[in-house]
Amino acid sequence: MNRIELKVNGKTVSGEVEGRTLLVDFLRQTLRLTGTHVGCDTSQCGACTIHMNGMPVKSCSVLAAEADGAEVTTIEGMANADGSLNTMQQAFQDFHGLQCGFCTPGMVMAATALLRENPKPSEGEIRHYLEGNICRCTGYHNIVKAIQAASGQDVTPVAAE
Amino acid sequence: MPKDGGIGASTKRREDVRFLSGTGQYTDDINLHGQAHAYFLRSDVAHGTINGIDTEAAEAMPGVLKVFTAKDFEGVGGVPCGWQVTDRFGEVMQEPKHPVLAEGRVRHVGDPIAVVVAETLAQARDAAEAIVPDISDLPAVVDLKAALEDGAQKVHEELKSNLCYDWGFVEDNRDAVDEAIRNAHHVTTLELRNNRLIANPMEPRVAVGDYNRANDEHTLYTTSQNPHVIRLLMGAFVLGIPEHKLRVVAPDVGGGFGAKIYHYAEEAFCTFAAKALGRPVKWTSSRSEAFMSDAHGRDHVTKIELALDKDNNFTALRTETYANMGAYLSTFAPSIPTWLHGTLMAGNYKTPLIYVNVKAVFTNTVPVDAYRGAGRPEATYQLERVVDQAARELGVSPIELRRQNFITEFPYATPVAVEYDTGDYHATMDKLLEMTDHAGFEARAAESKKNGKLRGFGLAHYIEACGIAPSNLVGQLGARAGLYESATVRVNATGSISVMTGSHSHGQGHETTFAQVISEMIGIDANQVDIIHGDTGRGPMGMGTYGSRSIAVGGSAMVRAAEKVINKAKKIAAHLMEASEGDIELKDGKFSVAGTDKEVAWGDVTLAAYVPHNYPLEDIEPGLEETAFYDPANFTYPSGAYGCEVEVDPETGKVEIVGFAAADDFGNVINPMIVEGQVHGGLAQGIGQALMENCAYDADGQLISASYMDYAMPRSSDLPMFKVDHSCVTPCTHNPLGVKGCGEAGAIGSPPAVVNAVLDALNRGGHKVAHIDMPTSPARVWAAMNKTPMAAE
Ligand code: FES
Ligand code: FES
Repeated sequence: MNRIELKVNGKTVSGEVEGRTLLVDFLRQTLRLTGTHVGCDTSQCGACTIHMNGMPVKSCSVLAAEADGAEVTTIEGMANADGSLNTMQQAFQDFHGLQCGFCTPGMVMAATALLRENPKPSEGEIRHYLEGNICRCTGYHNIVKAIQAASGQDVTPVAAE
Repeated sequence: MPKDGGIGASTKRREDVRFLSGTGQYTDDINLHGQAHAYFLRSDVAHGTINGIDTEAAEAMPGVLKVFTAKDFEGVGGVPCGWQVTDRFGEVMQEPKHPVLAEGRVRHVGDPIAVVVAETLAQARDAAEAIVPDISDLPAVVDLKAALEDGAQKVHEELKSNLCYDWGFVEDNRDAVDEAIRNAHHVTTLELRNNRLIANPMEPRVAVGDYNRANDEHTLYTTSQNPHVIRLLMGAFVLGIPEHKLRVVAPDVGGGFGAKIYHYAEEAFCTFAAKALGRPVKWTSSRSEAFMSDAHGRDHVTKIELALDKDNNFTALRTETYANMGAYLSTFAPSIPTWLHGTLMAGNYKTPLIYVNVKAVFTNTVPVDAYRGAGRPEATYQLERVVDQAARELGVSPIELRRQNFITEFPYATPVAVEYDTGDYHATMDKLLEMTDHAGFEARAAESKKNGKLRGFGLAHYIEACGIAPSNLVGQLGARAGLYESATVRVNATGSISVMTGSHSHGQGHETTFAQVISEMIGIDANQVDIIHGDTGRGPMGMGTYGSRSIAVGGSAMVRAAEKVINKAKKIAAHLMEASEGDIELKDGKFSVAGTDKEVAWGDVTLAAYVPHNYPLEDIEPGLEETAFYDPANFTYPSGAYGCEVEVDPETGKVEIVGFAAADDFGNVINPMIVEGQVHGGLAQGIGQALMENCAYDADGQLISASYMDYAMPRSSDLPMFKVDHSCVTPCTHNPLGVKGCGEAGAIGSPPAVVNAVLDALNRGGHKVAHIDMPTSPARVWAAMNKTPMAAE
């Protein structure tokens, strides 16, 4: 067992983990932060995407022990200080970028990271960036629109489709 | 302009707030005090005899509570099938037992052999590795036609053969159809495969069983589209638990697409083991397990023949299909290639004579059942392919050939036993051609050619049948269930409303749309209305969500219950205003007396119902809560025209979708934003089937496409932006909202549109290709263009 200490959504947390414990299991089981989801066992689906030290990572492919000392943000840490949805979350609601909601936390985390790297992405850039996040419900159309809208781009031509 | 929050408004979804902030509650998010973890050891061979299972070493491993095998399930029922098909000779289908854990034989890769329950999942998994099953291989039955040959290895020793049933529909038409085809001016024939798919909702299945010794009550939390159906099937047929002692809860469910309709062995196991061990027992499927244990979809091999007269009128249609059932009969499997497929073979066309033959076959593969569309995509695909091919053979426009044969008068009784109540197929076709700028196609094709690409346009016109009903009819067809829906509308004293619906939302947004309907009917703010679903402990017996039935059947039940509430409330209002009941009107949340300025607010009436001081107690009971069970008179028949434009790279065979448009007639629409989202999602799945997805087994019955590395899920970069429209409206004539359902349309209409587009591109490019099977992968397209045989997959 290893003792780890890290910052999750701004709070310092610690716990004992086995060497093989995945970060996603530590978040879900130990911290009961169940907003981060597990959709596969081959690091393909992106449902588990979180931010670690500011970078998007698939938390199913990181050992909890590797996150010792890290700063982690999960979907639970994304809302505005008053608890309201932040710009990206709100855009997903406004443009119906989610249906069952299972891929959604990973999508929001990935999309947020994208806008940090590329504040005004084109449709093609968004689609390319999201290749590691599978959504089975939406056909991606409204996810792309939501991200463009969250980046301050005009989506009326798309919306009219 | 629809009222915000009322019918027709694109109201934002209330459920999104919890999903977007990570506070949704999916089944795997449930952790009960003292819960143990189950891990299933599954067969890695397709077919074999179990000589023994040595669990001793595993039982001794740390944390292990018990290792279960089939012998622990002696006296427990098998997983039942909910539909019995009668074949064309009047015999009922062959129905093998489906044990919870494999008994004596394993019959597909993934068949559960044993289950370890341990303190932690890691311990359970470790212990499973120490189980030594002694299994001797048997030949695997994989190919559908070979499975029916004389002397073929049987999947079930106790059955006569691997044939589940040989179904003919309409059997009385058989000879007339044969004759019409013999005498036809022209017959177009295609042989095609509807590729096997895996539904792949992003949330894997989960089951948590709990048992309360104090009151002998069982609770199962499960990822289900229909918790009441699970309660009935599991309680009555598998475990023998009466319904009042069994509660089934399906909380937030992360997509279903059919795969979460069925009762699965893991649900029964966790419920059973929780009592046996006196501990809650949780099982969470890994994605790898999901590939080999979730029911698969489609997998039909079909020959279709379309006969035409000299004026290109369709005169007869004959199809012969081999449908894969897999190793056992999943809950609704027998109904998919029969009643959900054969009844749709008329499509949008007035073909007078139709005969459908379906041979359902057992193989050593995962059970096959409904996947988004269920039978209707299989019907639409073969029909819309053969119509396109006929147009090519006859040198006529595929648009005009369709138009010429469209049904234009309603109601229309098809020769395959259903009656379309309403529709306007020319309208959706017109709309589609406008949306796709069909007039500009040739110029775009010329542009593509300059860039070395082949451009093609393909279209499909589909009909769907949603809300399968009425119950007395489906009973005659073999359903072992009713197909009504229920709702309770509970008005609280201060006027807010809780609706308990038997429909289940796993992405469809019922919490929003159902509230819009109630808000519209009563005139109160939608925020005053809560929609409750997914818990047998809270609402009346309901049948759940599949087959695009929620708004058409569940919505109708809710409307009926709300009407009863309103009628009673009017009586109370009449009493309060000392007026006659017939003069009471309800508008904007106020009751008024016609022709006067007397009015009383909704909240005053509801309060009077629960504080009945000034109340007609001699005429009506206090309280304001009503339940309705709605059994539809007919199916609903959405229809639409879908158009796909592709560019094919002749060097590589790669197909790129450069435009996709869908013109649907869903009848009335409650929330356009949600309807469009449903179409987008269906299109993605249909395009996925046509271009990339394929569930493949090798000759030994090994599942080759068993992870997201081998099963090609459509990703964001594989799909275009879609153009969708639902402005062509012919309201359903027999339900109170005039709605038809929209959940499956996208997945039904899109595969033939894509394949037709690919073939159009190839034929325009000078390649005389009649057909390419799905998925139209670069390798297949390239091979078709170059007339080279495909290497084995
Ligand atoms: S769960 Fe991490 S990528 Fe699928
Ligand atoms: S919203 Fe269901 S998987 Fe994306």
